[in-house]
Amino acid sequence: MNRTVNIISKNFKKYNPESIEEYLELGGFEALKKAIEMGPQEIISTLKTSGLKGRGGAAFSTGRKWEYSANVKGDKKFIICNADEGEPATFKDRYLLEYDPFKVIEGMIIAAYTTGSTNGYIYIREEYKYLHNKVRKAIELAEKHGFLGKNILGSGLNFNIKVVSGAGAYVCGESTALIESIEGKSGRPRLKLTRTSKQGLFGLPTLVNNVETLAAVPPILEMGVEEYIKYGTHTSKGTKLISLCGNVNKPGAYEVPFGITLREIIYDIGGGIKDGKQLKFLQLGGASGAIIPAKLIDIKYCYEDLEEHGASVGSGAILVADETNKVTHFLKSVQDFFIHESCGKCTPCREGNRQLTKIINRFVTGNASVEDLKTVEKFANVMKYASFCGLGQTAPTALLTAIKYFPVEFYQQIDRIRKTS
Amino acid sequence: MKNCTITIDNKEVTVPEGTSILEAAKKVSINIPTLCNHPDQTVKANCRICLVETKPGKLETACSTKVRDGMTINTVSKLVRDTQRGVLELILANHPQDCLKCIRNGKCELQKLCEMFHISKSNLEDEIDALEKDESNPSIVRDHSKCIKCNRCIEVCQEVQGVSILSHAHRSTKYCITPAFEKKLVNTLCVFCGQCTSVCPVGALYEKDDTEKVWNALYNDNLHVIVQIAPAVRVSIGEEFGAKPGTKVTGKVVAALRRLGFDKVFDTDFTADLTIMEEGHELLDRINRGGTLPMITSCSPGWINYIEGFYPQLLDHLSSCKSPQQMFGALSKTYYAKKLDLDPSQIFTVSIMPCTAKKYEAERKEMSSYGYRDVDAVLTTRELARMIKSASIDFLNIEEENFDEPFGITTGAGVIFGVTGGVMEAALRTVYEVVTEHELENLDFMDVRGLEGIKEATVDLNGTPIKVAVAHGLSNAKKILNQINEGKSDYTFIEVMCCPGGCIGGGGQPIGSTMKVREERIKGIYDVDKVMPLRKSHENPAVKELYEEFLGQPLGKISHKLLHTTYSPRSEKIDFDYLQWNNEIALTEE
Repeated sequence: MNRTVNIISKNFKKYNPESIEEYLELGGFEALKKAIEMGPQEIISTLKTSGLKGRGGAAFSTGRKWEYSANVKGDKKFIICNADEGEPATFKDRYLLEYDPFKVIEGMIIAAYTTGSTNGYIYIREEYKYLHNKVRKAIELAEKHGFLGKNILGSGLNFNIKVVSGAGAYVCGESTALIESIEGKSGRPRLKLTRTSKQGLFGLPTLVNNVETLAAVPPILEMGVEEYIKYGTHTSKGTKLISLCGNVNKPGAYEVPFGITLREIIYDIGGGIKDGKQLKFLQLGGASGAIIPAKLIDIKYCYEDLEEHGASVGSGAILVADETNKVTHFLKSVQDFFIHESCGKCTPCREGNRQLTKIINRFVTGNASVEDLKTVEKFANVMKYASFCGLGQTAPTALLTAIKYFPVEFYQQIDRIRKTS
Repeated sequence: MKNCTITIDNKEVTVPEGTSILEAAKKVSINIPTLCNHPDQTVKANCRICLVETKPGKLETACSTKVRDGMTINTVSKLVRDTQRGVLELILANHPQDCLKCIRNGKCELQKLCEMFHISKSNLEDEIDALEKDESNPSIVRDHSKCIKCNRCIEVCQEVQGVSILSHAHRSTKYCITPAFEKKLVNTLCVFCGQCTSVCPVGALYEKDDTEKVWNALYNDNLHVIVQIAPAVRVSIGEEFGAKPGTKVTGKVVAALRRLGFDKVFDTDFTADLTIMEEGHELLDRINRGGTLPMITSCSPGWINYIEGFYPQLLDHLSSCKSPQQMFGALSKTYYAKKLDLDPSQIFTVSIMPCTAKKYEAERKEMSSYGYRDVDAVLTTRELARMIKSASIDFLNIEEENFDEPFGITTGAGVIFGVTGGVMEAALRTVYEVVTEHELENLDFMDVRGLEGIKEATVDLNGTPIKVAVAHGLSNAKKILNQINEGKSDYTFIEVMCCPGGCIGGGGQPIGSTMKVREERIKGIYDVDKVMPLRKSHENPAVKELYEEFLGQPLGKISHKLLHTTYSPRSEKIDFDYLQWNNEIALTEE
């Protein structure tokens, strides 16, 4: 039984994203109208009830985040839609921007209305170049129809949106690095001495939300929160867009209710493993996510159950690897990614990735030592505990979970008892 | 303000809200290790050495985390120690461990951490970046293979000095601190102030060492080697030997210089007095004849580099006076040579300066008015200390000696050149008496003293009030220059010193010039001034004699040739080819 749902993804491929009329026919901007009737306080409490969490990976309560932002005073306040989607194996935000850009815009306007923000940015990764002008076009159409600009729908809200392109750095998905990037600086995370909601972009109050988080708001308001929370589990409410890819028959972005099992995702939705091979492991949440062995695929896809196994939903990426994949070789590809993307600012991430790369390469070529296994684990932990931002803290997640679940694969690559250097 | 009560390693302490864990720990005598942290700078938290456990399994940087009421902090748990050591191991694996040969040996903050943590072995494979040293300029060496990326130099370059030459580039293992487009410093508008060398925790940025050049001159029997020491050196060099900052060690430096073999030991204070005579009269001349005002002082070479590079349209505002160092040099090769009946080529003039930019100044093309370099070698305070150490001199116990004559006779006005506001104060002491022909009752101009970035005062000169300003640190100078640029400046006379605190905080001073240390050195300078028998430049008998015997009068023909200079806009490319000056034909006009 295919348990995919259509809440956030309702409009996918149902309308021409260059036609705001078609979006309106599908009930577009009704949620905004409803939001204006509800008022900021009710929107915030609705979101709190909905259990909506940041869908970019951090999983922070959206209702609480908006509440913080709404309580910050300021004449000029920003909302940033984080469409940097740089996490490998993740492409669900691309679907949203490509097939339902107006919903993202509508979500941003509701956020602006709720928090009293004046300026919005959609920060789209450079690699989604073909989407930049499409989204700009959608903004333009929304402006023409009075959904952006001055006194939106008579609510007194003045709000406009600009599209900003990233320049290719993965770390710019981290909200403070993203802010630096919009400010024209090199994308490196900032030391947060005060919350971004108080001092963010150009030192002004800023709310940063993931594309999917913003796109989830209109459906929640439209269908009613009671209806929304019928999906999901007690603590992981609602639905999630997943990016299913790897050695699976039907890769793609799907919307699933929380609580579905990984087995259902891979076999019912994904059509099973390619070429009839056996499943070996999954990587959840992108390159920065944990590795889960095949024996655990009956666990539920929700925040709490995954956490029990040292994994997390993260961005919603599910990478499927079949029996032909060597764990150590897979880790090398992850490591190559992180050593390329570390910004270099802090010691653990810059030097830790350098050392991890060297050692993992020895495991790949089969001439690692016993000490190497201890050393690689030790410094993976140093990175995890000591790095400045999420990039360095999560870069060794795959490695640490691989050591936990596939120790034998490491031992097979060891050819020396003692390090010779 | 609210207080927070927290527990650090089982010890309870109450501190005001907003205190960092680092500061709170100091209250219970725990010095959490740090590396990127600097007392005068913003918190960076990028080295990650200062991590402490704030909840079981959660580490936070002590430098950047403010205490929260009821917090329980562990600074010695296994997780903390393992992580701190791990971070240190990672740094070491990328750091050339040539400590015994390193210029910062013994004064390196990384070395100190290694001593604390005692990492006897590491399973990491060293990978040192093969990066070229930048030795392109006469003042500063950048060896960025030693850089630990703490970003302190960037902050001092961008925020304190506002020149923004150093920045960061690239990422991951190629992340580095560098001028834009990885240019060499000589091809940038670097002012060579050396503040970066002063805040660098390791040996990645340091003064160009000219001690060998000086030793060789001392060993050359055909050379008459003389030395001048700048005002600021006498209250700081003691630190290199364990004395407290601000300790006056003038007599000991003089004695040590004689032991090293210098033929004569002189005082730059003498030419500081001479500068006041020239500059004071230049100011009066400009006021009387409607010259360009405000006039700005010109003794700080980093400052000159700055205005030439960034505000070339305002060069007319600069006093044409050479700096005391260069005035001394010019006199050493003329007046002094004549007095001793020596050929100028036989005289080798060394200066001991708190400054790296002085090295560059001495090598400027125009600083050889008679075909001979005014100054042949410039040593920073740190380099002189190095020479004294290598000569096995017991500096703190050496018997004090006096300067030689005639350039050893000085006043309190000369010595305060070493602090921000000092040139202004010295000038006012003289200008006031020259104009009003009355004796100044109170010599202490308190308005121009202290560490405030920009200071102002108004002085009444025979019924005409003149407004003066003092700025130190180039970002403060910038504010004043912008006022002039916009035609909004109502000052008559402005003193600018490149480095925060003035020369006592110069880039060539002993490592560890924090604001607190600068304050102590300033106090030391004013203490010297207070007890001087003469405290006004125009009362210096040797200066008077110099005018009678040689110069004639301030701003006279010889002064103009020897003691004044010109400035020119600076482009990003400096050509040092002219330094083949040895081959130039001496153009003596006398």
